[in-house]
Amino acid sequence: MMPDLGKYAVPVLGSYAAALGLLGVLVALSVWRFRRMRQALTEAEGRARMRDV
Amino acid sequence: MSLWEYANPKRFIETAGRILPVLAPLSLLAIAGGLVWGFFFTPEDYRQGATVKIIYLHVPAAMMAINAWVMMLAASLIWLVRRHHVSALAARAAAPVGLTFTAIALVTGALWGQPMWGTWWEWDPRLTSFLILGLFYLGYIALWQAVENPDTAADLTGVLCIVGSVFAVLSRYAVNFWNQGLHQGASLSLDRKGNVSDVFWYPLLLCIAGFVLLFVSLVLLRTMTEIRARRLAVLLARERLA
Repeated sequence: MMPDLGKYAVPVLGSYAAALGLLGVLVALSVWRFRRMRQALTEAEGRARMRDV
Repeated sequence: MSLWEYANPKRFIETAGRILPVLAPLSLLAIAGGLVWGFFFTPEDYRQGATVKIIYLHVPAAMMAINAWVMMLAASLIWLVRRHHVSALAARAAAPVGLTFTAIALVTGALWGQPMWGTWWEWDPRLTSFLILGLFYLGYIALWQAVENPDTAADLTGVLCIVGSVFAVLSRYAVNFWNQGLHQGASLSLDRKGNVSDVFWYPLLLCIAGFVLLFVSLVLLRTMTEIRARRLAVLLARERLA
């Protein structure tokens, strides 16, 4: 199943590892910050509503 | 219905929240499908051997690094002309995505260049303009962080974006302008004769589609985050005053 990359195994696999690693970090950080901000805003809006009551 | 309705942050979040659950899985499916197809089911190139498999990452990343800047330019111009906050925040949201694509293009390019050209790096017109584009991305992100007033930051980064567009265009057309250097011309062309062979072209097209969808998904997600961050900053400021 695995193609024979011969003497080019390091650059090819290195490219895939680097690119997918960078994309993985970008997606993970984006999702983490999205969730954190949504949570923080919900809490802040809750506090604001309590003050207005 | 007008495009400008999405300049309303609430409307933008509602619409993006409906689109994202479809777009994000589609992007991952397209990238995974294109990479598996290209890596496992395409032959070696007669000149470049197995290194041709790097094309499925290098070309989409490089294309999107340039296109991300073009999108940021359009959003910045909308901000500068019409003062829609969502467009400035969308430009801000796109910058780290564009920087990541630039980094992927540079790293995979170096890894591809070493066995093919015998060097990791050459001060070739396309490579150099691409590196400068990467530095513009860094400067753009740093400028957003450095300026406290968000409207002033949007103005300054908008101007920086216009200046940086020169290098986005140079990155794309450097080979044609100077007609020298190690980097070959475009791998993709509307003229079929100028294209890579069909056996590489179809999985590459799928990967490009995946990268485009991933870019749109990430920009939507990150713009929603930026809108919420701005709203949060306002609420926290009111709390401090209360």
